Formats: sequence, C-alpha cells, structure tokens
Amino acid sequence: MTGKYLFNKYYNLSNIISLILFIISIFFLTFKGLNYGVDFKGGTLIELRSDNTNYKTEDIRGAFNKLNLDDLSVKKFGAEGDYVIKFKRSDLNEPDFIKNLKNDLDNYLEDYSFRRVENVGPKVSAELLQDGVTAIAIALAAMLIYIWFRFEWQFSIGAIVAIFHDVIITLGIFSLLSLEINLSIVAAVLTIVGYSMNDTVVIFDRVRENLKKYADIKIFDLTNLSINETLSRTLITSVTTLLALLSIFFFGGEILKGFSFAMILGVILGTYSSIFIANPVLVYFKVSQKTLIKEED
Amino acid sequence: MLYFSRLKIISIIVFCLSLIFFSISNFINNEDFFLKKKVNLGLDLQGGSYLLLEVDKNPVINQTLQSKLTQVRNYFKKKEIKTFDYKLGKQKVLFKSDTNDQEKILELFKNDNELNPYFDVYKSYQYNVELIDNIFELTLTKYGIIEIEQSLLDQAIEIVRKRVDEVGTNEPSITKSGSNRIAVELPGLDNPDRIKSLLGRTANLTFRFVTQNTDASFGSEKLKDLDTGEELNVSKRIIISGDNLIDAKPQMDNINNETVVSFTLDRLGARKFGRATKNGIGKQLAIVLDNQIISAPVIRDVIASGSGQISGGFTFQSATDLALLLRSGALPAPLDIIEERTVGPDLGEDSIKAGVLSLIIGFILVILYMIYKYRLFGLISNFALIINLFMLLGFLTIFEATLTLPGIAGIILTVGMAVDANVLIFERIKEELKKEKNKVIAFDNGYTLSRTAILDANITTIIAALILFVFGSGPVKGFSVTLSIGILTTLFSVYYIARLLTSLYVIKNKNNEVTIK
Repeated sequence: MTGKYLFNKYYNLSNIISLILFIISIFFLTFKGLNYGVDFKGGTLIELRSDNTNYKTEDIRGAFNKLNLDDLSVKKFGAEGDYVIKFKRSDLNEPDFIKNLKNDLDNYLEDYSFRRVENVGPKVSAELLQDGVTAIAIALAAMLIYIWFRFEWQFSIGAIVAIFHDVIITLGIFSLLSLEINLSIVAAVLTIVGYSMNDTVVIFDRVRENLKKYADIKIFDLTNLSINETLSRTLITSVTTLLALLSIFFFGGEILKGFSFAMILGVILGTYSSIFIANPVLVYFKVSQKTLIKEED
Repeated sequence: MLYFSRLKIISIIVFCLSLIFFSISNFINNEDFFLKKKVNLGLDLQGGSYLLLEVDKNPVINQTLQSKLTQVRNYFKKKEIKTFDYKLGKQKVLFKSDTNDQEKILELFKNDNELNPYFDVYKSYQYNVELIDNIFELTLTKYGIIEIEQSLLDQAIEIVRKRVDEVGTNEPSITKSGSNRIAVELPGLDNPDRIKSLLGRTANLTFRFVTQNTDASFGSEKLKDLDTGEELNVSKRIIISGDNLIDAKPQMDNINNETVVSFTLDRLGARKFGRATKNGIGKQLAIVLDNQIISAPVIRDVIASGSGQISGGFTFQSATDLALLLRSGALPAPLDIIEERTVGPDLGEDSIKAGVLSLIIGFILVILYMIYKYRLFGLISNFALIINLFMLLGFLTIFEATLTLPGIAGIILTVGMAVDANVLIFERIKEELKKEKNKVIAFDNGYTLSRTAILDANITTIIAALILFVFGSGPVKGFSVTLSIGILTTLFSVYYIARLLTSLYVIKNKNNEVTIK
C-alpha cells in the first residue's frame, strides 16, 4: 500500500538534479548577479511611445545617445513603437530635468510621448532593496515558525528546504536570462513562498494523518502514499493557478510580464518541490509515529 | 458539517447580497445613485504622478545649534558662571569653563528645563552634554533631532499643500512618510514638471540693501544677479522677508510693457518698508530669492503704501509661479525629490484594459476546467467563485481600497487559488465515498477531514501577503490587499456558499446515486 505512482523511486535522482540546479543558480547569482531595475538600482526609466513607424530601436537609441546619459539602455517594450529607456543621472535634484531632456530630444525625434517616467534616488533604491530582502527573509522565518508550530521540526525543515529551492532557482533563472528584478518580482517571490508552502503543507497534513493511522508503513512508502492521495488536488490546483497566471502573462500587458513569469516558474517549481524535495527530507530525518507521539508527551 | 439552520442560510444570503450591492456601485455611473463609494484606482491605472520629497534637516539643525550657542552663553552669563571659547562644531556646540564649575554646569544641564528641556513623551532630554578633555560637547539627542524633524515636517507639509492646492490639481493626496519625508500623489497629472519646480524651491524672499562697504554689525555677502549676471555685495541685514507678504499676484505693467509680480505687505512690513525706502533713497534695493537676486532696483521714492512690484524680466508663467510661491510662503528647509513615478493616462487605460481582459480570460479558463473536472460540483464551485469575486470587490469598495495593476494580478491569482479549497474538499469526499456507504456521512467527513489542510494552506498565504503589506510600497501594496481580502472571501465562499449548495443537493439526493466525477 504505497500508492499508484512510485514517486519515491525518484527521490534520489530528483534531489541530485535539484542540487545541481541549485548550485548552478547560486553560481549565476554570485558571478553574474541579478539585473536590478531602477527600483533597486536607482536611476531613471522612461517608457516612450513613438507614433512614427519608421523609427527602429537604433534610431531611438541614437537619439538618446546624443544626450550624454550614463549607463543608457534602450529596449523594445511590448507593442510596436513602445520602448523602455533606462539611464543613470548625476543630478537628482534638478526639478526641470525631464523638461530639459524633452527639449533636447525634440531635436532628434518627433511624434513621441513619454507614457511613464520613474525616477528613483540612490537612497530610496537602497531602502527598497533592503525592504525587499527583509520582507522575503521575514516571510521565510514566519513560515518556518508557523510550520514548526503546526507540525514537528522535521516538517518545518522539509518545507523550508523546498521553499529555498524554489526561490533560489527562480532567481537563478532570472539571472541566467538577465530578466529585470523590480518591486513586483519581490511580490512574486513572496507569493511563491506562500504557494510553495501551501502545496507542501497539504501533503504534510496527509503524511501526519497517515502516520497516526499506519504504524507499520515506513516513512519512505508513507510519503509516497500521501503524495498519491493528494496528487489530484496538487495537480488540479497547479493547473487552475497556472491558467490564471498564463492569462496574465499573455494578456495582462508588458508591466506584469516579469511578475507572471516569476510566478509561473514558482508554481511549477513549488509543485515539484513539495513532492520531490519536502518529502525526502522527512525520509532523511526518519520521521515515524514516534516523532509525533514524542511531541505530544 | 452539512446541516444549516434556516437563520444561518438567511444571514449568509443577506451578507452576500449586501457585499454584492456594494460591488455593483462600481458599475453604475449614475450621479443620482445614492451610493457614491467606488474602488479607488491607483496612479498606475488612472495615470498620475507620485513624488517622494525628503526634508533636508541639516541646515535647520545647524541653525538650531547656532541659536542654542547664543542661548547657552547668555544663560551662563546671567547665572554668573564663567564659560568661554564657544565654537560651533560638526553637529555640536563646544565650550569651556573653569574646572571647578564643571560639576555645576553638568548638574544644570540635567535639572534646568530652560537650559535643556526634558521630553516626557520620549523620556529623553533635548540635548546630550559630555565633558571631553575639559571641553563641553553639546549635541542633540536622538529625540531632540526627532523633535526638530517633526516640527520641520509639519511646517513643510503645510507649505507643500498650499503650493499644490494653488496649482489646482485634482484631489491631490499629501501625506507624511516616515520621519522626514512627504509623499505627494497627484492623480491625473501626466506632467509634473511645474509642480516639481514649484516644490523644488524654498522660496525664501528677502529685501536687502546693496552695500559698498562691508557692514560691520551684520556682514554682507556676494550674490549673483540673475538678470545681469553680475555679482553684487548685499547686506545680510534683512529689511523685510516673505513672512511680511499677505498677497502676491502677476500683473501686466502697461508702462514698460512687461509682466511683474505685485505684492501687498502686512502692516508691520509696510511700516518697515516705508522707513527703509525713506532712509535709502538713491540706494539699490536687492530683492533676493533663495540666495539669488531677482532684481535690484534703485529706490527713487518713499513707498509707504505697503504694496509694490517686482520686475525681473518675467514671462507670464514665471511671474505666476513666483507669485504663487510668495503667497504660499517659504519652506522651512529645502526639499529633495528622491523618488518620482509618473504614468500617463493612456498607459493607465491600457493597463486597465489588459488587466480586465486577462482577468476575464483567466476566469473563463478556470471555470471551464472546473466544470470539466467536477461537472455539477464544478458548477457549484464556480458559482461560489463568482460570488467570491463580487464579495472581494464589495470589500474593496467598502474600505475604499486602492486598486493597482498588481492588485488586479492579485485578484486573478485569487481566482486561480480560490478553487483550491473546493478541490481539496471534493477530492477528500471522493476518497470518503469509496469507504463510506452513507453519502451524507461521506460528504460530512470530506469537509471535516480537509479542514486543517485548508486552514494551514490559507494561513501561510495570508502571512506572505501581510508581510508584503508591511514592507511593500506603492502598487505592490495593492497586490497584498487584494490577495489577503481574496483569501478571506474565498474561505467564506467555500465554507458557506459552496457547502450550503452541496449540502442542499446531497440531502435531497441522499437515496440516489451521487458522484463527484
């Protein structure tokens, strides 16, 4: 009695794959780093729409190049004629900066408008980054404590390892693809933390229930049984969440692309890790009926 | 868990209907409709400008210490305690005394409220005194600085409000942010250039004489004349300042055919100005704004009426702005614009369209999938989901919450995750139906046994959302709001709406075949 599918046969293999992915991600995060947006790096972002269809990205870049801006980047942004321009500026306190910039730009471009302007000073960006990191750290700690409170410490470690796995690999992929990290990605990461936890908790809840029921089944098979019993729920919820996220990704506009992409990665990884990471940890710690009874004494 | 009393059913219906009622007021544009509440759209959806200003407290702290220095010197003179070698250090006042007076001085700093005020609220003194190498070091305590910051911020926010109101934008929101910042939200404003340049100026106006000799008692300084570009030697003695102004407005001067700013002085200012112009006929009067001379006319006549004109090669726009700045008064300290986010109205509109489109598509996909998976029970769950969305919108309306683009993403995510609880329950019921002959008991067990998992799962998500609410800023905060309210309405819709419908169906069909596909 261990369930229809033998997930536990692949515990070792999947853990090795995950470990490799994890190490590669850490490698990328350390050596390549993350592509921080203006929220965290400071600087200026302009979303520009040009109604002149003859312009190519090079023309826009050329025009901005003439304005002597540091660290300039010009990229297409979604629809035809939309661009995102980012640069650093030295004098943040010049209130007429954007006005002057427009005046200068008029010499090189026509039929354009600024749809969005974001200006973040170095002090604010440093604070936002710190807030983001603190938020994620506190979220992880809160989850750890909650699970510890509701289950036993072995479960808590299993869940946290799974969440770490999801967050680090998601960020690793963002680093690999040089995708921008901004405030909404922090929101996505926090939601991934919540979602991954959610998935793990549902399986753990069943593991605990089964531990009480079956004294004779070893934890290796017991986790597999629990995974099987909750499998259709795990899959259905992942599918509905993914349907919603894919809808945001394809129809929600450029601004939500990064957010929904991070979430999609997180949901896939979260589903995988709640099965293949969280449960092997219980096996590793040799969780048994005694673990529960000891706690109740 | 399947039994509902009649009273309970009625209260569930009433509760849902009232929330739906609130949500509907968002879709009615009729002015006569008695409910005016609507969900606020964030700046990223309706377009507008967000500015974060920081008050530069350092000049004021230096000023405070400077006047503290004078106060302390006079205080000890009056007490006939010999103190000397007063100096203004970096963020501190330094002075010396005779060695045998040191104890007494330290004692006075502890006990005399006039010399060193004690704040009961903070349980702290305003100043900290230390004796290092026989030199007294007077520094502001943490709370002394906070006190300065707070009064500074209170004054600054008042002036900012006046200036923004004078420009006449639509429903601006001006709020304190932390201990030394002001957040300005200007909905609908797609070009904040003018407001930025108005807020970026301290607007410290003074009328002072241009002098040749360095005035002994007050000193003088070299200031640049904006009009001619030359440097003039201006006395530090202030005849009148912007505080004496009661009105200022732009005006067309028909004689010289240029735009000027005409001003009216209060009684005290008028008297001072009259005396100064009387004594100073033939002298050059410098009109100084933020350490730059805007004009330096020669006084030809006594001006006793208390009103006058400033000319300085203004355009109509710059004269209007100067008049506005003078009317609203000077800022107590310079403001730095440390963050700015502006979204044009067309981008906001596009974002709303994209957000709503993706919500509808996501919603339809989830609904179809649930029907495919669970047939009749899918329909029940979908019905609960629809009510859930209306309730979520109803709550957002009642709290007048701000809906942002990430907030819409939060709603879509709620749609995806809301069905989770029902899925957990239905899957559990399926398992129970295999073991249990009595359908009512099987359904009941399904609900009971899945409850802990559902609670755990939702509490963890709420924890994440709340942390985001505390640490998130701007639009991202909107995401945490919709996500957390969404979780609560989801739990309600699952346990009260879907369960009610399920129980009605099961109890009615308890002798027939009931399957969850």
